[in-house]
Amino acid sequence: MIIYLLCFILFLVGLYGVLTKRNLIKIILSLSIMEYSANLFLVLFGYKRDALFPILEKGKEIQSMVDPLPQALVLTSIVIELGITAMLVALAVRLYQKYKTFDITKIRRLSG
Amino acid sequence: MIVPYFIIIPLLAAFLITLISSDDDRWAIVISILAVIILGILSVIGFISVSKEAIVYSMGGWKIPYTVCLVLDPFSSFMLFIIPLIGLAALLYSISYIRHLSKSWKYYALFMLLITGMNGVVITGDLFNLFIFMEVALFAAYSLVAYGGKAEEFEASFKYAVMGSISSSLILIGIGLTYSITSTLTLAKIAEVLPGQNPVVVNWIGAIFLAGFGLKAAIMPFHAWLPDAHSSAPAPISSMLSGVLIKALGIYVLIRLFYNVFGLPKIFSDIFLVLGGISIICASLLAISQWDFKRLLAYSSISQIGFILLALGIGTRMAVFGAIFHILNHAIFKSLLFFNAGTVEMALGTRDLRKMGKLGKVLPITSTTSMIATLSVSGLPPFNGFFSKMIIIIAAIQAGFFQSAIVAVIGSVLTLGYFLKVQRHGFHGEKEFNEITNVPSTGMRTAMIILAILCVCSSVLIIPGIKDVVFDPVIDTIINKTEYIQLVLGR
Repeated sequence: MIIYLLCFILFLVGLYGVLTKRNLIKIILSLSIMEYSANLFLVLFGYKRDALFPILEKGKEIQSMVDPLPQALVLTSIVIELGITAMLVALAVRLYQKYKTFDITKIRRLSG
Repeated sequence: MIVPYFIIIPLLAAFLITLISSDDDRWAIVISILAVIILGILSVIGFISVSKEAIVYSMGGWKIPYTVCLVLDPFSSFMLFIIPLIGLAALLYSISYIRHLSKSWKYYALFMLLITGMNGVVITGDLFNLFIFMEVALFAAYSLVAYGGKAEEFEASFKYAVMGSISSSLILIGIGLTYSITSTLTLAKIAEVLPGQNPVVVNWIGAIFLAGFGLKAAIMPFHAWLPDAHSSAPAPISSMLSGVLIKALGIYVLIRLFYNVFGLPKIFSDIFLVLGGISIICASLLAISQWDFKRLLAYSSISQIGFILLALGIGTRMAVFGAIFHILNHAIFKSLLFFNAGTVEMALGTRDLRKMGKLGKVLPITSTTSMIATLSVSGLPPFNGFFSKMIIIIAAIQAGFFQSAIVAVIGSVLTLGYFLKVQRHGFHGEKEFNEITNVPSTGMRTAMIILAILCVCSSVLIIPGIKDVVFDPVIDTIINKTEYIQLVLGR
């Protein structure tokens, strides 16, 4: 149970970073932390202590296996997050070219 | 076996566009318009063929709980019809509008990717598959918002991407929780297993999904990204985002999850009612104070989404009819209004309503169609917006939600108010214009005329005979909670 709590704290760390940091790069890093915690959460559901990988071999009886589906899901979501992070970094670079700053409080042409 | 083609065709079109275009955009235009027309025809064929029996397609030939399935039922084929309808108009409009910004095929490839993502979200019957297609659509949307290459557009796109990523993490956690208590990701199977589970956990999952998909739908407390993103994007993309994206990714998924999977618990229908009411009133009040044309339209979108959500909260048969009718109508008239705003911006170089004036002489078609769209969105007969809003209000009164009915009436009056401001200052002001720099091209005018005609024509869907054919199968799939499970898993 404590490990789920730690995972939730990791999520909150990321959320805190997104909400309070003013630097664009730090916001992107915080988002990554948040997404990692979501992935960790998924993997934890499939994990079982002392369990084996779920591959059936001849002449070998496996008592308990880990659930492979969350791992497959996490692989997919890592790829998506890679794309989104690359996109965000590209946007941050273009924003720096336009505004000459990474400070989000100075990037404020839109309002209302 | 037409089901997988809803994803294959736009994805193939995006691939072909990147493959064969060098620095010319002619082939890109031809391929994308062809793909959208084929999708439109397929969706009509699909709608006719699923009116008796839904089509379930299992990928890879595996049986249902072990595979990703695609489900085509009347509700998803209804949404699949709206996407290419607005997509075709937006593409016709884009041809000269995007050449005005930069002549490139990349726009069309991203546009096709956007359609792929939305079609995938609508057609899939698997929760994680839905997440993936949602990310595909959002990825295209982030890049298209920033397409113009101005500082404001990057700012809006960054804001949108950060908010979108937060909500995607929430959705992923919700998917994990759902999997942990039901051991399956097929939506129909989840719907079958969920009633036996601990109601506290189920409500928590619902709350996480409501926050995640509510942000995509831009319901009021989660709306902050929408006015920036929708007002900064190029006009055809604004119309796609406002007209289709927030409905396919937000409202459609909310209906699917909360009606078909969760079975609409009382607590969530109450939340829908409250959030819908807040969205209608607050967004209308914010829209009144705007002078930027596109920003006003963006706030108006939030308020109209509020109407749909309010109707979903009421939850009776008539209210659901009003909600899905309003989805179609809002897609039509809000796209038209964004096209008008784009034309005015191209011609005068401004979006500020105070700098516009008497445009009836120089932009006759834009002025006329904007008047039609205004009357439609404000809910005046015989335009389509009147009927859907009237149905929602009558449904609220019939179900005994008098406060909601009053909120909806006030919302309609406020809508009329801020659109009269648009007409008064934007199109019938004092300032005279004799010459404009960029005259709208044939494609842009055609797109606007098509949508203006549809604004009037879609009112005929209210006539009982036509309504029975078009809307009744859709309403049945939404209202009957057990039918969706039976459709997918077999009787």
